[in-house]
Amino acid sequence: MIALCDLTAHEALDLLRSGEITSVALTASALDRILAVDNDVCAYLTLTPEQALAEASAADALRRAGQDLPLLGIPVAFKDNLSTRGIPTSCGSRMLDGYVPPYDATVVRRVKEAGAVVLGKTNMDAFAMGSSTENSAFFPTHNPWDLARVPGGSSGGSAAAVAAGEALLALGSDTGGSVRQPAALCGVVGVRPTYGLCSRYGLIAFASSLDQVGPVARDVTDAALLLGVIAGHDPADSTSRLDSGSDYTAYLARKDLAGLRVGVLQSHPEDGIQAEVADATRRALKTLRDLGAELVDVSLPHGVYALSTYYLIAPAEASANLARFDGVRYGFRAAADTVEALFSRARGAGFGPEVKRRIMLGTYALSAGYYEAFYIQAQKVRTLIRADFDAAFEAVDVIVGPTSPTTAFMLGERVADPLEMYRADALTLSQALAGIPAISVPCGFDAAGLPVGLQITAPEMQELRMLQVAFAFEQATDWHRRRPSLIESS
Amino acid sequence: MEYEAVIGLEVHAQVHTRSKMFCACPVVPDTGNLPPNTYVCPVCLALPGALPVVNRQAVALGIRAALALHCAVQPLSVFARKSYFYPDLPKGYQITQYAHPLARNGYLEVDVSQRFCRIGITRIHLEEDTGKLYHGNDGTRVDFNRAGVPLLEIVSEPDMRSPDEARAYAMALRDVLVYLGLNTGDMEKGMIRFEANVSIRPQGSGTLGTRTEIKNLNSFRALSRAVDAEIARQIAILNSGGQVTLKTLGWDAAGEQLFVQRNKEQAHDYRYFPDPDIPPLAVTPEWVASIAASLPELPRARKARWVAHYGLREEDAALLVPDRALAGYFEAAVKHGLGCGVAPQDVANWMTGEVFRLLKARTSGITGARVSPERLAALLRLLYVEDAINVASAKKILEVMFETGESPERVVERLGLSQISDPALLEAVATRVIRDSPTQVAQYLDGKEPLIGWFVGQIMRETRGKAEPGQAQEIARVFLERERSNRF
Repeated sequence: MIALCDLTAHEALDLLRSGEITSVALTASALDRILAVDNDVCAYLTLTPEQALAEASAADALRRAGQDLPLLGIPVAFKDNLSTRGIPTSCGSRMLDGYVPPYDATVVRRVKEAGAVVLGKTNMDAFAMGSSTENSAFFPTHNPWDLARVPGGSSGGSAAAVAAGEALLALGSDTGGSVRQPAALCGVVGVRPTYGLCSRYGLIAFASSLDQVGPVARDVTDAALLLGVIAGHDPADSTSRLDSGSDYTAYLARKDLAGLRVGVLQSHPEDGIQAEVADATRRALKTLRDLGAELVDVSLPHGVYALSTYYLIAPAEASANLARFDGVRYGFRAAADTVEALFSRARGAGFGPEVKRRIMLGTYALSAGYYEAFYIQAQKVRTLIRADFDAAFEAVDVIVGPTSPTTAFMLGERVADPLEMYRADALTLSQALAGIPAISVPCGFDAAGLPVGLQITAPEMQELRMLQVAFAFEQATDWHRRRPSLIESS
Repeated sequence: MEYEAVIGLEVHAQVHTRSKMFCACPVVPDTGNLPPNTYVCPVCLALPGALPVVNRQAVALGIRAALALHCAVQPLSVFARKSYFYPDLPKGYQITQYAHPLARNGYLEVDVSQRFCRIGITRIHLEEDTGKLYHGNDGTRVDFNRAGVPLLEIVSEPDMRSPDEARAYAMALRDVLVYLGLNTGDMEKGMIRFEANVSIRPQGSGTLGTRTEIKNLNSFRALSRAVDAEIARQIAILNSGGQVTLKTLGWDAAGEQLFVQRNKEQAHDYRYFPDPDIPPLAVTPEWVASIAASLPELPRARKARWVAHYGLREEDAALLVPDRALAGYFEAAVKHGLGCGVAPQDVANWMTGEVFRLLKARTSGITGARVSPERLAALLRLLYVEDAINVASAKKILEVMFETGESPERVVERLGLSQISDPALLEAVATRVIRDSPTQVAQYLDGKEPLIGWFVGQIMRETRGKAEPGQAQEIARVFLERERSNRF
């Protein structure tokens, strides 16, 4: 007998709709799980249990009154860089410790309007800068599959919470892989949507041209369900697309992939792909072929420049995005006699080392005399990377490969070496730079029992195709059904 | 050595849209009178996660200004971030346009003391205003009501050669912006602010000298005084064998002194880059055409038309043109006047004289005046065409009309001010005055002829102002001369 909180959202919705369970019971189960495991996992920064139970009870009342909504009564968690009215939103940083937004991010509002129950806010690398959640100013999150290991990042809290049954669904944000990589490391499903599909309004900006909110879920159907709720044009975000939004779950029926052309990237030794990850990927490709897909070799010639390109553009944008944190209007403030001292003390003490590193990188890349050589050059390469994908998608429908070069690494293992940490996102940066969607789904385990993620990349606005392929793969495998042993002992 | 000044101006004008440049907060022209931080939202306070959305009305007004200044509106322009830290700048960067402005390459025609200049406009772009700091004894406070109000920055070519030219250009530009309805032109409230770039070079030289920048000039007087002072300062430097260095200067308006804000080595690196939150701004030719079709006649063209068609004196036209409401009033009065024989110049004289005087005493302005242009024309018809009243009565009648809103005919009737034009009546009055003033008559006849005015005054008093002064003078002269001939 599994706990209610270990159900997928669509399973739970079926039971809620048939009246077999209540949202209060479901929410209580999730809260019990949090109580049981979160001392070890540390997925949450803020919990809102009383509010959650009140919302669950309201959801049950609504359902009794004959109403239904896409997520009515489902307990969810939000990454702590999504503004939540009345709930502290720290972005994982001292800088915003104690900041309580007066407004909801558009995606938060949509999830609430879809009837979800809010459990709390999940841990993250400060300002979403990191790949392990160790850059949280408060504490690191631990991987539910092995508490000595990182959950990935920066949405490590969201991925760990969903993996450990501490939430049925969660939202994360993906700037260079921050949803997909932790999803892979925690054995759950994570989606990075097409840039502009989901509103960024209320998402605390890291790199505006790369940031996208995305769902974290236990299976593809749940991810599709949540994506359908958050997708759609938002007049408050000028970069949000006009042509967005769809009920993605309605199309998840096909169990074969006949006629599908799957692009396979030749990996390079310098990608540093762990042998077990390569093996799991090979087996996954075979599964796709068995389902009727045709495997086609593709190349992205400028992919090797993705890391350097990303680490110019993202910090450049971040250096300006984070300028608003000056201690004047909100957040961390240090006593000072002069304006200069106010700024430098607030920023000096409020930001952690990784955030400072990236602000400095970005400031440098935008400085007079370096702007052309760094920022403009990076934008040109970004265009080439986009063109690589356009060319590849002439020949294939999706591109499939590993999400992360390795499975979860040990806490502290890469802290001293930022560049090594940056490589954790090596396989997820290109899609972000190109603005195209990608999903990570569980595709196996390494010898240590750590999950491996398979990344499926689709052309712009082809979320449906991407989800159909992921769904067919999921139907043919049972990796997504495995749960960390931590749950059984809880 | 003779030097020539080379001056360029950057003009920042608030754009009076309904809402701010990037959010829905209302634009209040005089934020100084509001409780602080009441017209703010997550966007203009730069709360984490808030995003800008370009105000289409501000763009439309920017295009309107661009067209009025003969600029090429760019089909694609780009908003950029200008980064610097200051407590009144909530995001730590200002959203402005840098490499790709809204419009380029225009000009403004300006009359400088009877001479005509064409001042080139380099570029026009949209940006957002900052908040405002209030320094007190207990510290500094910041009010963000003004933060995010749209600003239009209009950058001229270095085409001006004297403080007078700079001032004339600034005033002409102000008039245009007011005409276009995008700014109140209220300098005291900081609705328009100037920055001047000044350099000097030997007369006749084709190269440019090192320029300095004078920031935050808030009045036409400050502009011309500061530029004048800076030219003098640069000439003194060169004459003493020194070199002008790049500087940013400020102007202390009270002490009439320049002060150094920043030297070259302290110059900011603003790290401009395209704002990733705002896609490039596309302006279609159709949009530009529809705005072009709605452009009003501009001040200079209107002035020229008045001089050419109405035969107006240049200086009167110049007084009546800048305020669009006043100009419209004048033009309406002229049209009514022309229908009944009143000369436009007479209307102008009354506008710049009595009407200005009466308006000055009231706060409502021309739009709140109780006298319609039609009734002003009717009054002038009584005065100049029908000779029914005299000038003094007309002035009194107009004042009453301003108070009560009555028609001139009604005031004339109510106050009994219609003019006495019956010679017999006037002659009777003159006879009486001469009879009762033997001393003055004797003095007049002894050669003190200016006393004629005193007799006219007496006649006017006797008739309670209803006599036509010319006629009264003529009758007084005839009767006094008759006295003279009676004595010999």
